[in-house]
Amino acid sequence: MKSIPFTARNASQISCHSCHLLCRISFSQIGESLVCPRCGSTLHQRKPNSLKRTWALVLAAIIFYIPANLLPVTVVISFGKAQADTIMSGVIYFISTGMWPIALVIFVASILVPMLKLIILMFLLITVQRKSAWRPKDRTRLYRITEAVGRWSMVDIYVVTILVALVNLGNLATIKAGPGAGFFAAVVVITIFAAMSFDPRLIWDAKETLDE
Amino acid sequence: MEALIACHECDLIHRIKPLPKKGVANCIRCGSVLYRDKPNSLERTLALSLAGLVLFVLANWFPFLALKMEAQIHQTNLITGIKVLYTQGMQGLAVVVLFTTILAPLAQLVGMLYLLLPLRHNRVPPKFAPIFRFVRGLETWSMMEVFMLGILVSVVKLAKMAQIVPGIAIFSFFGLIVVLAAATVSLDPHEIWHRWEKLR
Repeated sequence: MKSIPFTARNASQISCHSCHLLCRISFSQIGESLVCPRCGSTLHQRKPNSLKRTWALVLAAIIFYIPANLLPVTVVISFGKAQADTIMSGVIYFISTGMWPIALVIFVASILVPMLKLIILMFLLITVQRKSAWRPKDRTRLYRITEAVGRWSMVDIYVVTILVALVNLGNLATIKAGPGAGFFAAVVVITIFAAMSFDPRLIWDAKETLDE
Repeated sequence: MEALIACHECDLIHRIKPLPKKGVANCIRCGSVLYRDKPNSLERTLALSLAGLVLFVLANWFPFLALKMEAQIHQTNLITGIKVLYTQGMQGLAVVVLFTTILAPLAQLVGMLYLLLPLRHNRVPPKFAPIFRFVRGLETWSMMEVFMLGILVSVVKLAKMAQIVPGIAIFSFFGLIVVLAAATVSLDPHEIWHRWEKLR
């Protein structure tokens, strides 16, 4: 099929990213800042500077991912003894005590998901920049999954929050949040912003320019 | 309804057709969801938001979890962990947890009530459009269901060293998660925008 697909851009329309109203634009208006006549949010044909922003956020998240995994997320203080735990040592603790399902939950949510998310976003960015026409439908699906699962990485942060609240018995046993927890929360928040700033329509734009 | 809609993931334009009950319209090119049929969207979302607000008050008012260790009982509320994080010098972390588990869900519930209650009686509250956009934007940051998984993991983790006693708030919290998820799912933004447009 070499026909031009009937997209909003080809029909000189803009779909409002907030309320999804299709807005007709005239040639003279291209480049001006436009506002949706219905909901009032700024109209963009594509998310502004999507690739640059996503790259910046992905790189920031990669940098934060290192201290997030090396520094302790919790410090257990019991009878004057302190024991620091990183994300990975927490997973190992669960495996060693035979709690496989919990170990799996923490490993998937805290280590696998953020890493895969960053790898997938980089893969999408690179394929868009190379104007690849490879399986756009699957790449869009990959993006959709990435966007949906990111929030579950917060689970470890919430575990820390609940532990510091409950285990607060002074000298007997106290749990403190370690610096790794702060970096890890930053990784999760930054990757959510990164997924939000990526525009999946760019995947299809590359295909269209090849088709023409 | 507007006659055309562009897929927000691949930009392809589709004609809007009436759907069968509870039907879904997918993009023919990339497969993403374009729109759904949501019966009684406004009424359902309104009712669920109201129920959610009641549960929210319960979940924050009553004891959440207690830890029993030797002779000591240490009782906590939903907000206790956030306070402790704050005093331990993790202010940024405390703010993230506060926002994602308390403030964002609360603003979602209050926002939906503020918008939908007048709209149901054919009235338009002031600043409708920016507030509706804001409430929709909160969905990404409202993470109570993730917090619930966190509760399960913590309880299992502590089960060996102490006894964990659930409070009233935790059951309200579970209810709130279900109700808020249902309220979010039953909300049909296309219909809400459309109704508002007619009244404007």
